[in-house]
Amino acid sequence: MIIYLKTGIGFARLCEKRFGKEGIMRKGIMVYGRYVSVVLRSAMQYRLSFFLMAGGRFLIAFNGFLGIYFLFSGFHEVKGYTYGEILLCFSVMQLSFSLAECCANGFKKFSGIVRKGEFDRMLVRPVSPMLQVLGSGFDLGRLAPAVTGVIVLFVGIGNCSVDWTAARTAALFLMLLGGICLFAGLFMIEASVCFFSIENTECMNVLTYGAKEHGKYPIDIYGKGLMRFCTYVIPYTLVQYYPLQYLLGKTDRWQYAFCPFGVVPFVLLCYMLWRVGVRHYKSTGS
Amino acid sequence: MKKYVSFFKMRFQVGLQYRSASIAALTTQFLWGIMEIAAYRAIYLSSGKEPPMEFSALVSYIWLKEAFLAMFNTWIATDGDIFSVIMNGDVAYELCRPISLYRMWFAKSVGGRCATAALKCVPIISVAALLPRPYRISAPESITAFCFFLLTLFLGLLVTVSFCMLVYAITLFTISPQGLRALLTGAVEFLSGAIIPFPFIPQPVRGVLEMLPFGSMQNVALRVYSGSLAGGEALRAVWLQIFWIAALVLVGRAVCRRAEQRMVVQGG
Repeated sequence: MIIYLKTGIGFARLCEKRFGKEGIMRKGIMVYGRYVSVVLRSAMQYRLSFFLMAGGRFLIAFNGFLGIYFLFSGFHEVKGYTYGEILLCFSVMQLSFSLAECCANGFKKFSGIVRKGEFDRMLVRPVSPMLQVLGSGFDLGRLAPAVTGVIVLFVGIGNCSVDWTAARTAALFLMLLGGICLFAGLFMIEASVCFFSIENTECMNVLTYGAKEHGKYPIDIYGKGLMRFCTYVIPYTLVQYYPLQYLLGKTDRWQYAFCPFGVVPFVLLCYMLWRVGVRHYKSTGS
Repeated sequence: MKKYVSFFKMRFQVGLQYRSASIAALTTQFLWGIMEIAAYRAIYLSSGKEPPMEFSALVSYIWLKEAFLAMFNTWIATDGDIFSVIMNGDVAYELCRPISLYRMWFAKSVGGRCATAALKCVPIISVAALLPRPYRISAPESITAFCFFLLTLFLGLLVTVSFCMLVYAITLFTISPQGLRALLTGAVEFLSGAIIPFPFIPQPVRGVLEMLPFGSMQNVALRVYSGSLAGGEALRAVWLQIFWIAALVLVGRAVCRRAEQRMVVQGG
């Protein structure tokens, strides 16, 4: 833990040295906002197409809900989790995935950016390349599944008997926040892989889309082996299983609510991988 | 007819070129299948009631769904080239040829889907047959069931392609077709039984879903294989498939003809 803290402080110092104390955050936010506004305006040129596309994405996410709904009209529980509890889990995963995808979509487009040689141009500009990748890839349409997420969240809350104390509500938000960071980190890995091989990065889909899809059930139903993988290799359980135990009142350990903070070192590792990638970057020359 | 057969062959051979590229995709699909089965296993184990589908039948359903995903897919761009032709205006060249646009695209689409499915189904099914017990795909219910499976698989493919052709024909009227396709195909996933098999859906809803054209896509073949659908019911499903092919082709061709008459190609 201390090592990670030190890395964080060192990273902050590095930022200060490069950009001066004042203004690095403000400048970053401003540039990102400018990107978002440009991307939104260009999407609004094809307004109908944009909304139809978003509608399609909404439907696909909603299909997942329908699946659980009908499945649980016959069955009533999975390993002690009731219908409402599964819905809570499903909605948290949908929400965090789609929020992360909306903001970090640039990472997913990164192989295209490298292939077309656009990254060369980004490197010569006096703004952080990551900010440019993120800004240019912003995609509001990816938020459509979040609508499903919100609907399902309310259906889930109505269908389970959780006593909503302040601590439990906070745990829910921590799960969401942690989930967004975790998925953003995974997208960052997906982009970083492009520095070393421009071949398709389809293997990463298992870790991103797969986690969103199969993470609708609490991870412990898949057995011990997968639990270990999802804790020690990619820390999914820290944003899903452990805080969920506290949220649903299946454990008295309040510490579980703070598990989502555990993704911070993971995201830092992803960021380091990205840095290594940028340092090793060779243009494709096209 | 001969020229359309050669379009089919051409597209089939092009599809076979992507042999090595699909290893990553195969792994993805394989893991997907395992995870899905694991989830159902947990659900089955914690339920005391008699489930609506035998577990072995469900496992076969899931593996066949993965194996023939490319055949019944309406979301991922299996027919990518048709779509890019509409988008970039090359459809103008296609119209110059002395052939029917609808039939050519139909043949190409069937060819492309068959090629991808042929490449994927062999490795997926053979690995699924070697897995330990609860995850292993079982042999078809009987020889008759297997013949029926092949027949309904083919008919289901034709239903899927004729539905997609209708969507393409409609997109010919719009400038940027992706949105419309996303909306239409987004609905199909659940309605065709790709999310959960039909037996899990309670009765009034299930009856409606089985009558819809989407219920004639992959649902029939995957359930015939494991004997979850058999006898008179299966026969009725076959007739329904044939009906939907005829209906979708008729409507699709009419829409396509209308679109051809008023098509505007915007530069290129």
